[in-house]
Amino acid sequence: MREPEKSPVNQAAAIRLEHGSGGAMSRELVENAIFPLFRSDAFPELLDAGALEAGSDLLLTTDGYVVDPPFFPGADIGKLAVYGTCNDLSVSGARPTCLSLALIIEEGFPMEDLRRAMTSAAEAVREVGAKVVTGDTKVVPRGKGGGLFITSTGVGRRMFSYPLSPRAIQAGDGLIISGPVGAHGLTVLAARESLPVGGSLRSDAANLYPAVSSLFPLGSSLRFMRDATRGGVSAVLNEIVQGSRMGIIVEDEAIPVSDDVRTVCGLLGLSPLEIANEGVFVAVVAAGAESQALAALHAQPLGRDARLVGRVSADCPGRVLATTRVGGTRVVDFPRGLLLPRIC
Amino acid sequence: MKIEQILDRRRAVVSEGGVRVEVDVSLLADPRPGDHVIVHAGYAIETLSLEDAEERLELFRKLAELSGEPGGTG
Amino acid sequence: MSEESALARQLVSEIGAVTARIGRPVRLMEVCGTHTVELRKQGIHSLLPPEVVLVSGPGCPVCVTPSGYIDNAMKLVSEGRAVVATFGDLMKVPGASGRTLASLSGTGRVKMVYSPRELVEAARSSALPVVFLAVGFETTVPTILSSLMDAREQGLRNLLLYTAFKTVPPALRFLLSDPSHGIDGFILPGHVSVIIGSDAYAFLEEDGGRPGVITGFDGMDMLVGVLALLRLIQAGQRKVRNAYPRAVTREGNARALELMARTLAPRSETWRGLGAIPGAALGLQDWLADADAQLVLGIPPAEDREAPGCLCSRVIAGVSLPPQCGLFGKRCTPDDPVGPCMVSSEGTCAAWFRYGASR
Repeated sequence: MREPEKSPVNQAAAIRLEHGSGGAMSRELVENAIFPLFRSDAFPELLDAGALEAGSDLLLTTDGYVVDPPFFPGADIGKLAVYGTCNDLSVSGARPTCLSLALIIEEGFPMEDLRRAMTSAAEAVREVGAKVVTGDTKVVPRGKGGGLFITSTGVGRRMFSYPLSPRAIQAGDGLIISGPVGAHGLTVLAARESLPVGGSLRSDAANLYPAVSSLFPLGSSLRFMRDATRGGVSAVLNEIVQGSRMGIIVEDEAIPVSDDVRTVCGLLGLSPLEIANEGVFVAVVAAGAESQALAALHAQPLGRDARLVGRVSADCPGRVLATTRVGGTRVVDFPRGLLLPRIC
Repeated sequence: MKIEQILDRRRAVVSEGGVRVEVDVSLLADPRPGDHVIVHAGYAIETLSLEDAEERLELFRKLAELSGEPGGTG
Repeated sequence: MSEESALARQLVSEIGAVTARIGRPVRLMEVCGTHTVELRKQGIHSLLPPEVVLVSGPGCPVCVTPSGYIDNAMKLVSEGRAVVATFGDLMKVPGASGRTLASLSGTGRVKMVYSPRELVEAARSSALPVVFLAVGFETTVPTILSSLMDAREQGLRNLLLYTAFKTVPPALRFLLSDPSHGIDGFILPGHVSVIIGSDAYAFLEEDGGRPGVITGFDGMDMLVGVLALLRLIQAGQRKVRNAYPRAVTREGNARALELMARTLAPRSETWRGLGAIPGAALGLQDWLADADAQLVLGIPPAEDREAPGCLCSRVIAGVSLPPQCGLFGKRCTPDDPVGPCMVSSEGTCAAWFRYGASR
């Protein structure tokens, strides 16, 4: 285990855009520059949500939303601010109950757009079955903001009593992806760059609680879940095994990707595994429980395309490998370099 | 990618996987709807002579044959 | 198991058998940036016997462009003399100062494009000259020229090209002219060959040449290409074969070649790490002098300087492998690259780093 003080991030003089991509540098920033200051018994590892108090059934999570542009096919910043935060609670085994919304609005942001974003957020909250109970609004001068930034904090009630942690995974465990990957990030990129890709792309932003909770009956066979946002599935898989005695082997051919995402990725030279999603999660389940997990997901609207894509293996500690279409092996690294900024 | 529609001597609409994009086809001798083309940086650079998937597999089978021994999947 | 994966296994098995019959290590050079990436991405390296060593040649156009080119481009931007337009990779290559074009985005005079088609509109909507960083091999060259002609036909004369066009066949000749090259055969580029045609490699069949197989880009294509090349080596046949016949013809793309012949002429330019290779570059002909950014804006020749410790020039020449560079994976990573081999999506070091030296 590397000493945080010696990590590259602590030698850097300034934050770079890459620190926010959700890839290796983001991970380093949090793990080595921020987390060490707050680590405690209540906060022993980086999970998506934390308990309000020791022994409490209530979990707390928070997330910032800076997506540019704020509106795009399939969703908008308001929806993301609700679904994203609620999904963090869901994959932590909790049913979302209440949210706060803190807005930082840049002077000049159109009032109509603010109304649209908030209406959308309100619809999403109703759909999730939670409530917004408090909030805050600040306005910053023109040029000092990014249009609209939203921070949402959520509380949920634990409905799954087994530990959900990367430390729970064991050799032979199966790896499931809940649905087709790459749609959200690609949609935002296409909207931002006005890419003329003939409009079939749509963000997959959605409330994952129904699909996630369909796995709760697995009990202790459900080891860990995480939604695959910035950095995509690739970041999640690497986060699960980094520093671990376990590794992961996935099959390229098994990864669910829809044709339009595959095509646009081919045109842009991007990899679907590295692109952000807002309606997809990864689940690690015990060997033997895969069929039960898939059956449960396939009965859910958002889990229809769920696939078993790989296994946890003791053969490649700390690494994620992929078996290719022709039977070769390649490494699936943490996404590196500047990925798509302001994607969620 | 498949040519769906020729717009003028330069521009055509091509599609693949449900995605439609406009590309420049002026580097092709005789572009026609239905042609499959290789696209590079927004330009169609060649028309693919359509080999069936079956034809391609046949080519691979032949190449996989061990010298002097029959190959293929039997 | 699908028929395709069964065939892949047979191809791998036959590759093993042919390699054993060759009975000694073989060095195969691939000369196309896309192959550098796809060979790793499809896991081909992991399927080859250890005696088969794949070496990357100078097939990454960004990688073979001298560092001074970026400095010259940045100067145009900071001096407010032009809008510089470029493909994405070049935005992130550090110049001699360590700074990148991306860092100048705030000036509003740096424009990233996905296709040369966007240059016409860029020229139309700019009061300043638009200088396109025209870097590429024969696949990309005709697309850039096509866009330039389009702009001029529409009366736009402010689109200029800062050319750094390179051609593959002269580079191969140059590599073979060094008696210690150690190359047993070439995996020849797929899409460059679409443009130039398989006849362009006829010189490889002469004395001093080496066998070459034109290869496509999916996993099966590449296994077939490697197998065909190994068979030629094993049989002692100095031949060029086309394993991508669905896209590559003997004559190539006549319209693209005609456009290039009409607008460009061969010349000698510096290839980063290899020095000046005779006739391995293309520049604008005299009648297009007013589209030549170097002439119109008085851009000085690009200096070729390596950052201390950077081994890109040796990696590009196929002499060193990325892990042999002291900076690889330590000071130089895709997050924080020093040299172009790590910046470019087609760079050898980037491919090694991202997809793993699984062997």
